[in-house]
Amino acid sequence: MDRQPALAMYQTMRTVRRFEQRATQLFGENKIWGTIHSYAGQEAVAAGVCAHLRDEDWITSTHRGHGHCIAKGADVGRMFAELLGRETGYCRGRGGSMHIADTSKGNLGANGIVGGGIPIAVGAGLTAKQLGQDRVAVAFFGDGGLNQGSFHEAANLAAIWRLPVLFVCENNQYAETNPVKDAFLIEDLSQRAVAYGMPGVRVDGQDIRATYDAAGEAVARARRGDGPTLLVAETYRYEGHYYGDPQVYRTKDEIETWRSRDPLVIARSWIVGERLATEADLDAIDRAVDEEIERGVRFADESPPASPIRLPEDVYASA
Amino acid sequence: MQVRERPEATPGTATRELTYAEALRDALRGELARDERVLVFGEDIAQHGGAFQVTAGLYAEFGPTRVRNTPISELGIVGMAVGAALTGLRPVVELMYVDFSGLAMDQVVNQAAQNRFMFGGQASVPMVLRTQGGSGRGNAAQHSKSLEAWFTHVAGLKVVMPSTPADAKGLLAAAIRDDDPVIFIEHKLLYRSKGPVPEGEHLVPLGVADVKRPGRDLTIVTWSRETLFALEAATQLANDGIEAEVIDLRTLVPLDRERVLGSVRRTHRALVVHEAVRRGGYGAEIAATIAEEAFDDLDAPPKRLGGLETPIPYAAHLERAVVPQVDDIVRVAKELVG
Repeated sequence: MDRQPALAMYQTMRTVRRFEQRATQLFGENKIWGTIHSYAGQEAVAAGVCAHLRDEDWITSTHRGHGHCIAKGADVGRMFAELLGRETGYCRGRGGSMHIADTSKGNLGANGIVGGGIPIAVGAGLTAKQLGQDRVAVAFFGDGGLNQGSFHEAANLAAIWRLPVLFVCENNQYAETNPVKDAFLIEDLSQRAVAYGMPGVRVDGQDIRATYDAAGEAVARARRGDGPTLLVAETYRYEGHYYGDPQVYRTKDEIETWRSRDPLVIARSWIVGERLATEADLDAIDRAVDEEIERGVRFADESPPASPIRLPEDVYASA
Repeated sequence: MQVRERPEATPGTATRELTYAEALRDALRGELARDERVLVFGEDIAQHGGAFQVTAGLYAEFGPTRVRNTPISELGIVGMAVGAALTGLRPVVELMYVDFSGLAMDQVVNQAAQNRFMFGGQASVPMVLRTQGGSGRGNAAQHSKSLEAWFTHVAGLKVVMPSTPADAKGLLAAAIRDDDPVIFIEHKLLYRSKGPVPEGEHLVPLGVADVKRPGRDLTIVTWSRETLFALEAATQLANDGIEAEVIDLRTLVPLDRERVLGSVRRTHRALVVHEAVRRGGYGAEIAATIAEEAFDDLDAPPKRLGGLETPIPYAAHLERAVVPQVDDIVRVAKELVG
């Protein structure tokens, strides 16, 4: 791989990690209302997949969507502003953490309904095919989403019409608090693809090389007109399901085992090992990211609160 | 049954006698021809022409990518419509029976309806969900309901229920051109009803109720098939010297409050009639609006006539027993005026 895409992915991962750390801190300071779901631990999935996407390609995301949002090119200042309920937020305080969209970058939105975004991505794929556009749509969802009817219906529709869609299942081992072994009798979740006549690929979701390579193949296949792929990335959610989750359903040992394969550490050692950059180069990226995050928080903090005046007018596009 | 037609056509526009199903097809054909972003999909709608033959012939005319059969996947196809609408198409998705909407409700309520608001107005969802409801065909409980109240309760949806062929054509074309998600509910017993329909482009704006019969003694507010019943009742009432004004809402959301309230302020009496179960029905919203806004103009409390609080039974005489019939409207109207 070339230096530039490798460093860009590292920067994305670092930005996601720092965003989540800072958001958690802001939540602890009671600056964020509602709830947040941290993407920390899963960074290599969003970064590896979105590295193959252009602004005009689409994604649909989940309640744990900050990572997808950043990887698709969102501005962290406007994301923080959304979390803080400011007028400058992506959704002007209407959506919050669970519902950020950035349509200018093809992010059709995060979704509070598990599996809710999957058929929507298939609809985007239909648009591309119908209008003869060179665009692909990616549906991100978790192991929980893989058990929703929406996945099965959407996967079948995309397959029968060979739509340019990539289904990315991030198996972070828990659907909210329910461990994956209690929700599936199969161990390799990518086997689900066989039922719909599409390739199913299982990858190490902690290793950016693995997610990047697998996603590259699947996106290329979609662009060629050969139809959808189910990509299952084995990954792990460092934090609880939500901020404050007591996490009685898992052990500290398990968390430590997964943390020992941290996606950022793996990415760093790969980049340095391949001589794509030095430790010092990566430290410089880290510092730049930290500054960007702090600028983003300041921007949000200094922004005016979202105005309630136009709430009823925002419901319909045409009165 | 005689229906007085008041098509919004420019004076002099030629009309043709069409059935309600043909009029709907006319609108679909016109919009498919006019805008390449429009596409129609649903179960059995291509070669078969749809369970009620509304799309008959369109597959042959526009081909398999514009008129697309889908698997039986209500959630999937409605969700696909949402995604297609968000990204540049104007999909018209057919749900064979409104009773099946439960299977698709997440995509209707949490996705289509709320997308625009939730994401701060970044996108719009210009899709039409065409479906049909109502009883009178022996289809029993799971294929005969009137569920419009479910949809009227959700902010972000528009709800349309035409009663005449001309309105069916004009409202469907307007719904397809509308930038918001529209739930378009036809009535299974209206498909073969006939009436004059303007030829060529014909648009009936959403949110405009229609006075199907003027009158001075009471206002009957209704929609869909009950409009025909109300007009028949009005004819009978006229024989007894009672002149009922019949307002067909046509669009439940947005609601034409002014036309309803203006009429009630003149007649001083209001009766709301719908086929849907009375409890929690949209008639309650209309009656409450009248009570709140026109209380001082009323000579009697607003009345509601709706379906019994039962599922729809199978046998023909049982079916008739649970939804308002012409005689019921005449009786309640006389009580109200008397």
